[in-house]
Amino acid sequence: MTTPTVSVPLAVLKSEARLLRREPASIFWIAVFPTLLLVVLGLIPAFRDPSPALGGRRTIDLYVPVSVLLALIISGLQAMPQVISAYRERGILRRMATTPIRPAALLTAQIALHGAVALGSAALVVAVGRIAFDVPLPGRPLGYLLALALAALAALALGSTIAALTRTTRICAAVSSVVFFPTMFTAGVWLPVQQMPALLQRVVEVAPFGAAAQALSRASAGDWPGWMHLGVLAAWAIVLLGAAARWFRWE
Amino acid sequence: MPNTAIIEVHDLRKSYRGRAVVDGVSFTVREGEIFGLLGPNGAGKTTTVECVEGLRRPDGGRVRVAGFDPHTDREAITRLLGAQLQESELQPKITVREALELHSLCHRRPADWRTLAERLGLDGHLDQRFAKLSGGQKQRLFIALALVGNPRVVVLDELTTGLDPRARQDTWRLIEDVRDSGVTVLLVTHLMAEAQRLCDRIAVLRDGRIAALDTPSGLVARSSANTEISLTPSRPLDPRELAALPAVAAVRQREGRLVINGTDETVDALVGLLARNGVTADRLRVTDVGLDDAFLDLTGDDAPAVPDRTTATEA
Repeated sequence: MTTPTVSVPLAVLKSEARLLRREPASIFWIAVFPTLLLVVLGLIPAFRDPSPALGGRRTIDLYVPVSVLLALIISGLQAMPQVISAYRERGILRRMATTPIRPAALLTAQIALHGAVALGSAALVVAVGRIAFDVPLPGRPLGYLLALALAALAALALGSTIAALTRTTRICAAVSSVVFFPTMFTAGVWLPVQQMPALLQRVVEVAPFGAAAQALSRASAGDWPGWMHLGVLAAWAIVLLGAAARWFRWE
Repeated sequence: MPNTAIIEVHDLRKSYRGRAVVDGVSFTVREGEIFGLLGPNGAGKTTTVECVEGLRRPDGGRVRVAGFDPHTDREAITRLLGAQLQESELQPKITVREALELHSLCHRRPADWRTLAERLGLDGHLDQRFAKLSGGQKQRLFIALALVGNPRVVVLDELTTGLDPRARQDTWRLIEDVRDSGVTVLLVTHLMAEAQRLCDRIAVLRDGRIAALDTPSGLVARSSANTEISLTPSRPLDPRELAALPAVAAVRQREGRLVINGTDETVDALVGLLARNGVTADRLRVTDVGLDDAFLDLTGDDAPAVPDRTTATEA
């Protein structure tokens, strides 16, 4: 009774990957836009000057981790929940439940693919930052990767939770947008977390992407990301994944 | 003809928000037959088949498909049962070919999806995306997807909805071929012509209960007024005498003609009545009512729901 079961999730993953490639808007916002933002900011001369207030770093140096986080947030929060919500609303998951393709395989494939595209986008941001603006590669690659993986997980978990808690695709889109802005703020899209006043930093650090911003920034600068920040990220990821699994409705 | 039961539904019950949608339904489908579930909207047809497919958990009763519990033995059920749901969709940008390939890949002994696509008139649309298909094409694709795993049982819910008459005929022929290859078909329909053409046996559902269970001709014969007589009498007949005819079910005027519903007995007595009164009948027509009328008769408000009798004949 087991012959094709291993290949089924793989076939579903391939099929869903092909479908994701047919969504140019998603691909643009996840994979291209964060790098584009970095390039636009990098073209502002003042952002390329070292600042004593930043310990000799440049604003553009701070914006590499911010753009990386932006890729994760757009993918996990804006793109992925919409797909899942539509799959449920259109009865696609329900129909899959009558076939040997488990509906869970479809969800897993979508979550994994959005994670993969976001991480690819993050790599592009880091590469373009290095090549175009001489932003040094992360000084602590391992700590950076760990923080990045946890942040990606937290973003996908947050998106999954929203998809789980909203009934329709429209409500899901509305809630995603509402959550999107504070998430971008805490990630430092408007003002990098390191430039925020100390008190605001304390508050933002408790949010998943505030903690992620701090962890990535530390790892970029060559320090090991603080366990406090990694811990906050991990805690958020666990709580959100649990919530998504607990409240997700298949139809 | 094999006579073993492949689908067993016993005393199935399902309520939504305190309202009983399926209220003690029992039937058995034999391997290799086309079994129809017929009934007005809201009679519980779809809920019943959803319990057979395992999409819903019954509140009470017992459902078995080839010995498996559809709700708990998901793996086994999805391998032996193909389903076409009343309302469902695919990913908007998946093509017909990709959907057929993916589904056939997930079965151990799939049918040749190209042949299926050809039989269903989809071969010219293989590279079309789901969202661009017409309603009829989507419907035919879902039928193909239900059959692509070479299932032992297919459940088809409103099979020919959205199909034009030609496609409907082709689909009926396909389903007959599927049955002839030994597959059991559970068919939900509200089309009498479809039930009469395809079904070996029909369960008529009404208010969540089985009102009748029989062959199509058996249902017609069972209806209390299975014969319709229409004529234009040379002069008016006494309405009281007409109403007193044996086994008469209804007397009315239609387009200037007298129409009487009843049985063969009514016909014999009417002929005698005409002769006694020296009345000639212009364009006298005696016809068997179709399943349509039998269905209305069985699901009408005055018809008693008789689940006990039907389950008794089942057992």
